[in-house]
Amino acid sequence: MTRTVTAALALAFVAALLVLDLARTPPNPYQAPALLAFGSGAAASGGFCGALPN
Amino acid sequence: MSQTATNGAAGAAPAGAMGKRAGLILGALVVVALVALFAGARYGLLLAIGLGFGIALEGMRFGFAGPWRAMILRREPSGVLAQLLSIALVAVVAIPLLSSHAGELVGAQAPIGFAMVGGAFVFGACMQIVLGCGSGTLVNAGSGNPVSLLALPFFALGSFAGAWNLIWWTDLGALPILTLSGGAGLGVTLVLLAIAAAIFLWRAAPGTVKLSRRHAIAAVILALLAIGNLLVAGQPWGVVYGLGLWAAKGYAALGGDLSASAFWAAPGSMERVQSSVLTDYTSLTDIGIILGAFGVAAWRRGALATKLPAYPARAWVATIIAGFLLGYSSRLAFGCNVGAFFSGISTGSLHGWVWFVAAFAGAFLGIRLRPALGLEARR
Repeated sequence: MTRTVTAALALAFVAALLVLDLARTPPNPYQAPALLAFGSGAAASGGFCGALPN
Repeated sequence: MSQTATNGAAGAAPAGAMGKRAGLILGALVVVALVALFAGARYGLLLAIGLGFGIALEGMRFGFAGPWRAMILRREPSGVLAQLLSIALVAVVAIPLLSSHAGELVGAQAPIGFAMVGGAFVFGACMQIVLGCGSGTLVNAGSGNPVSLLALPFFALGSFAGAWNLIWWTDLGALPILTLSGGAGLGVTLVLLAIAAAIFLWRAAPGTVKLSRRHAIAAVILALLAIGNLLVAGQPWGVVYGLGLWAAKGYAALGGDLSASAFWAAPGSMERVQSSVLTDYTSLTDIGIILGAFGVAAWRRGALATKLPAYPARAWVATIIAGFLLGYSSRLAFGCNVGAFFSGISTGSLHGWVWFVAAFAGAFLGIRLRPALGLEARR
């Protein structure tokens, strides 16, 4: 067996994640934020591993 | 981060390879465009930055676990010095911006505590056992490394579980968040980075390359991408949150009740669980890293044709346990090598420095454990 198989499995993992997630929680492009957070005037609100829950 | 000897991208490629490479570029552009179109331009740009991280890390064979191992085992400082250089470059831009655009931009700032220190130590050990850190596990999985591919889902489960228990662990004792901010904070950060570099240079073996050209270029590229991540997302480059979110979404999809966890039941967490992963910044860069690393591996002639190594059963069991612990410990430590070490220090968080010391100490243990667990020949 070669890395072709394992790399393909990694891609399949990503594909499965996206397909299952899109089926349950599709994104809404009409609610998308500005292209850049910098200069947008909006407070940062993304999840981050260094942050306690808010 | 692939350790495969390949022909690289140099030299004339046959027509078939040219077609494959054109397909890879086109595929990447299409995926970014689709995300921008159906989720939003910011999210498409974040995915492109993630692809850049993956391409840079795999393409330049740069990372975090490998350079630490090279420093500890062979006293080769080049990779570690490149990490410090990259952090310094980001800090020069990020720390002033965080002061001038407070709220709009946030740093990777977290409290120092007992669980944070212990988590960093365990993470440092585990990243040497599987030879893959937060970013490295994604890069290696994308390029077909079977150990990282197996570790990845358990990393995600561990991140989910660690976040579940995070409040309990943090309540064991933690300081307030301590940050180095403004001009003075940047100055102190750069001095501390210079001291760290001086220590590694002092400990370097005679005759070793102090900072290779490849590592220096990788450091600059990584810094530019990390600054781009901050400007686009409003927050620094991170890895672990996204992985835990994937597991949380899976748990919820299977009927699990997240309200039992103070972390996952918090309004911000719940909102992200109920939103698309294509709108979560760390998920986007994580996916981009996997895809970017895959693209580089597919681009290189023969890289994916490498035969998989054979490991004993105990090595696979160790990989599963270490993968889980990577995720769990990085949540207690408020980040991995990316979120805490790279982004923490470069945005002025003192927890990043404590993380660095604790994880580097853990790396000594991990290097000793790796052969005993069957993941390499005993020295």
